[in-house]
Amino acid sequence: MSNQGKMDCGRRRLVVATAAVGGAGAVAALVPFVSSLLPSERAKAAGAPVEVDISKLEPGQMMTVEWRGKPVWIINRTKEMMDTLPKLADAVADPKSEKNQQPAYAQNDTRSIKPEIMVVVGICTHLGCSPSQKFKAGTEEGMPGGWLGGFLCPCHGSTFDFAGRVYKSKPAPTNLEVPPHVYLADTRILIGEDKKGA
Amino acid sequence: MAAGNFEKYKSDGSLAGNALEWLDARFPATSMWKGHLSEYYAPKNFNFWYFFGSLALLVLVIQIVTGIFLVMHYKPDAALNANGVPIAFASVEYIMRDVSGGWLIRYMHSTGASAFFIVVYMHMFRGLLYGSYRKPRELTWLFGVGIFLCLMGEAFFGYLLPWGQMSYWGAQVIVNLFSAIPVIGGDLSLIIRGDFVVGDATLNRFFSFHVIAFPLVLIGLVAAHVLALHETGSNNPDGVEIKANKDEHGIPRDGIPFHPYYTVKDIVGVVVFLMVFSAVMFWAPEGGGYFLETPNFYPADPLKTPPHIAPVWYFTPFYSILRAVTYPLFGLDAKFWGVVAMGASVVIFAFLPWLDRSPVKSIRYRGPIYKTLLTIFVICFFVLGYLGTLSPSPMGELVSQVCSVFYFGFFLAMPWWSRMDKFKQVPDRVTFK
Repeated sequence: MSNQGKMDCGRRRLVVATAAVGGAGAVAALVPFVSSLLPSERAKAAGAPVEVDISKLEPGQMMTVEWRGKPVWIINRTKEMMDTLPKLADAVADPKSEKNQQPAYAQNDTRSIKPEIMVVVGICTHLGCSPSQKFKAGTEEGMPGGWLGGFLCPCHGSTFDFAGRVYKSKPAPTNLEVPPHVYLADTRILIGEDKKGA
Repeated sequence: MAAGNFEKYKSDGSLAGNALEWLDARFPATSMWKGHLSEYYAPKNFNFWYFFGSLALLVLVIQIVTGIFLVMHYKPDAALNANGVPIAFASVEYIMRDVSGGWLIRYMHSTGASAFFIVVYMHMFRGLLYGSYRKPRELTWLFGVGIFLCLMGEAFFGYLLPWGQMSYWGAQVIVNLFSAIPVIGGDLSLIIRGDFVVGDATLNRFFSFHVIAFPLVLIGLVAAHVLALHETGSNNPDGVEIKANKDEHGIPRDGIPFHPYYTVKDIVGVVVFLMVFSAVMFWAPEGGGYFLETPNFYPADPLKTPPHIAPVWYFTPFYSILRAVTYPLFGLDAKFWGVVAMGASVVIFAFLPWLDRSPVKSIRYRGPIYKTLLTIFVICFFVLGYLGTLSPSPMGELVSQVCSVFYFGFFLAMPWWSRMDKFKQVPDRVTFK
């Protein structure tokens, strides 16, 4: 470098400007690549509502339907199951369902439209496993003493009651999600939409 | 040594000689051969622990070759076939049952995945024993940590491909981890999955990452790791710098050419390794349920989580640390801090060169503090790994919390305890019987 110290400032400004324009172009070229990683239009359109017939669902039974690739549980709760809910007000983290995990019409003591019929997304709010049924009260299903029945997530041990409310001090941060749903008739539920015929 | 200038090859007049001279005038063939093999001087006192670097390279080759052949038959497609089985799952069964030799190639690949981690963990432990990460080899170590991270990604993406129950729910859990990050978490997990649930889009992009993106990065990092090593020269069980004592030709007195001395020695390691590898591959390819987990023999069912899900064994120590964090902090829930702790437990290895302040490198000249703490660290690592394979339990949670605290304490308090030890005098030359 013999001509050190005699920098051609005009030329350097051009070099900097060229690099800046080139850099901006490189960043702009990232846009299609990153946007291609987002859900495609087809994936976005695939969330069609699901209609379910619950006429054969006896008290104490649970059925699972698939909606947007997720399991949705429909539980016909018995009177014994319903009776456990008020007893657990101190044991669950959000007894009054104040966190926004349900439509307004399901923000009540039973987290449902019809008191006995529970409709809930069967995906743990911790890391997305599907909790297993632990419906029998007591310790017989390997649950701790005083267990009143509900669900146990096999992945990280979160427990939920029959209204999908999470117990305190468990990894899951919120209650299970109640999906938007509507009764088309007494025993027909549309999951994924709030209004009839919408 | 590696960067040394070697004379160009001069032909002896034979046809082969002329060809080599022609080649060497146009390509650094002789200098690469000499710089990295025949005139790369490695310490003469390498022991058992020094097999694992070359073995890692061997397993990388096994994985690439078997992977190329598996891709010829595998189909990354989550759609159901006429029998109601996901096509991806069915194509793996097809490889196992109908492709000639397919079962063997697949078991080589699945056994290779576990073997890769065994070999790499041994290789990293060697670094801890002899202070291989210390100056001047910090960059070699950092490239190594990069390789380890890349390997974890590669294994994670690969595990989704058979599209079994454990593939599906494991991916579901790990991708949801990212949603715990405040603000960007939700979008980030959406970008990783490519859909609102783990599905076909996820399977296809994981396939792309597994067979193209990560292998390319991995090979680049391995090249950088070896080049950086050959620039500084290898460490050894005594932690003595052999370059400090050179003869009149500039060759380290305690060095021997890598080829033929260590190439031949490594062949012994390769033979023993392949015996063990073949035994597992032929007699116990499922590795007792640790290498291939039982639920993964059922096709993925998005509606039902298996009663017990656990990551493959090589992730379980870090998974235990994730599960051990159960307290919210600073208004962010425990899930987020669990993710942070798990990430930190891997990345913290990168800081070792600067955390370790002991005046000696090798455990041979360190005192009781290091020997005790390293032993407890290894025990904690095994205990965490074991607990990570089990279902969550209150007792397991407590033990994993104790082990996690020790795990991080080992690293974070190292600047203090590594200085306090009683050290022995390091010899000028390597010890060699």
